[in-house]
Amino acid sequence: MGDNLISVNNVSVNFDYQENFISKKQKIHAVNNINIKIKKGSFFGLVGESGSGKTTLGRAILGANKISSGNVIFHDDERDYDLTDMNKQDLKEYRKKAQLIFQDPYAALSPRMTVRDIIAEPLEVMRITNSRQETDERVRDIAAKCRLNIEHLRRFPHAFSGGQRQRISIARALVSNPKFIVADESVAALDVSIQADILNLLKQLQTELNLTYLFISHDLSVVAHVCDVVAVMYLGHIVEMGPSRELFKNPKHSYTKALLSSIPSIDPEKRSEAIELKGEIPSALNPPPGCVFRTRCPNPGVDCKGGEIKMGLIEVEPGHWVDQCCVL
Amino acid sequence: MSHLLEVKNLDVKFDTDEGRITAVENISLSVDQGEVLGIVGESGSGKSVTAKSIMKLNPGNTSYNEDAEIILDNENVLQFTSKQDLKKIRGGKVSMIFQEPMASFAPAIKIGAQMVEQLLIHKNINKEEAKSISINMLKRVGIADAEKRFNQYAFELSGGMRQRAMIAMALSTMPKLLLADEPTTALDVTIQAQVINLIKDIIKEYQMGVIFITHDLGVIAQVADHVAVMYLGSVVEKGPVNEILKNPKHPYTKGLLQALPDINNLDAPLSPIPGNIPSPLDRPTGCVFRTRCPHHNTEGKDGKIEMKLIEVEPGHWVDQCGIKCGQNG
Repeated sequence: MGDNLISVNNVSVNFDYQENFISKKQKIHAVNNINIKIKKGSFFGLVGESGSGKTTLGRAILGANKISSGNVIFHDDERDYDLTDMNKQDLKEYRKKAQLIFQDPYAALSPRMTVRDIIAEPLEVMRITNSRQETDERVRDIAAKCRLNIEHLRRFPHAFSGGQRQRISIARALVSNPKFIVADESVAALDVSIQADILNLLKQLQTELNLTYLFISHDLSVVAHVCDVVAVMYLGHIVEMGPSRELFKNPKHSYTKALLSSIPSIDPEKRSEAIELKGEIPSALNPPPGCVFRTRCPNPGVDCKGGEIKMGLIEVEPGHWVDQCCVL
Repeated sequence: MSHLLEVKNLDVKFDTDEGRITAVENISLSVDQGEVLGIVGESGSGKSVTAKSIMKLNPGNTSYNEDAEIILDNENVLQFTSKQDLKKIRGGKVSMIFQEPMASFAPAIKIGAQMVEQLLIHKNINKEEAKSISINMLKRVGIADAEKRFNQYAFELSGGMRQRAMIAMALSTMPKLLLADEPTTALDVTIQAQVINLIKDIIKEYQMGVIFITHDLGVIAQVADHVAVMYLGSVVEKGPVNEILKNPKHPYTKGLLQALPDINNLDAPLSPIPGNIPSPLDRPTGCVFRTRCPHHNTEGKDGKIEMKLIEVEPGHWVDQCGIKCGQNG
């Protein structure tokens, strides 16, 4: 187990769904049978379109969504936490060690609190510090690490730009000294010139504070740049997973290939090389049986068209896993 | 031949409680028939305000300068005041596609009814004809089951489908100019690729002029013929798309390109543009980019160089302060 921080074992998350009160109860299969291991100190990327279940998986790992089956183990230094079997005390401990950075820095910060109070709140809620002085010290410390000035702490969020607000969100997530951070679309709402700055900051904090990230994003170029390992999700399943360079240079699954080709190229001479995917992501209420991607797959085989091939990852190169439907 | 649309020396200012804000300063642009002009820039750069000025859609506290002209089809839009005249441009000669299609459709009125309504306003036709035009347009933009969708509400469609319906609605009156304000930003990449291809096909088919606003340089590279790069209400560089993206001269354009993660070159470091976009309330004098410019020249840094576009290559215009910075490296 030694070098893993998080092990996700056969995790599925289902939601109950009822269209109206007389109709039948149905299950939405948001996340299906996911196995991932997140190494200590790694930058683990999770990509996919909206509706692919990436946020649900991220929240399940934080214990914010109920896990329907399977388990998530957090390997701390002294002991392991099993998220599906935790008492209140353990959960409190876990919350100190695993934190979330949200997407929208405009919605995530209370407009009525000063920046100092926003950053200090986790410390007070979790009763980590004993005196106001100690709290202030830690707030100042983490604010400096996130490149906020001391005078910023007295102001309210409305005085800040998007990039600065995101730095405040990061400072708040890091103040409890966590080991694991889930960054859910944390740069999606930012302008490009600021986005690069926040990505560099996350990287720098990773080495400084020994952090492990689960970085959720829909933007493949961003993920390719910052992540060491990437998992591509589609309709609640991981369809391909591997070291990011290998995966982006040598994608095996037709969904990954289509995603990569859909990124608009910055070169005006390279127009419309996109493998155009027909239609849209199917509803998670009744996913297609067999390979979930087969309804949109540009080159389906005979077997997978009929849905005879089950979902399952196969290791094609060391550490590079691809769903079997596209390998066979 | 005169241009389809010509914007000359446009200033747009807003009167607010905190003072008069300059949202757009001294902008000149032109669009020809069948041509796509891309406007790129970060939030707050005045892209949307420029587009809205063309339809006079800016709010009541807006003031335009006296000598500004927006010539559309040989008429100055800024002189229009009567409802009758404004109707000609809003939805008639000019249509607009917005970023968030959910917000642009009325939630409690069927999509078909909304499409028919605007056709009846702008065209001299009856309801039956309007319905058949709408359904044909929905089919044209690739919506399966157009007859069924015609009778549905916006919330019943998925994001990509809604954006297609929005495009169909905007095009059904056969406008001469289409304003597309971040039409693909809210979509997933695979859907974005579909919508971009659709817009390109339709431009070719109907030969309309398009202003395509986006913050994504990749999207610009894919659709635009000409590009204008905006920063804090001013155009800092404009020209043919190939020139601007391959041979950028202004430090802001260069900075934007360097900040963009490139999937084909993972070893390149991500270099952010230092600092933050200043508030429009304290807009820098002289070169607007000087507070963040990494290559500033001394005069430009002190704000002594006025903003002025200079033609460096045929059709490629760069702000004069930016040219000086470019020479510094």
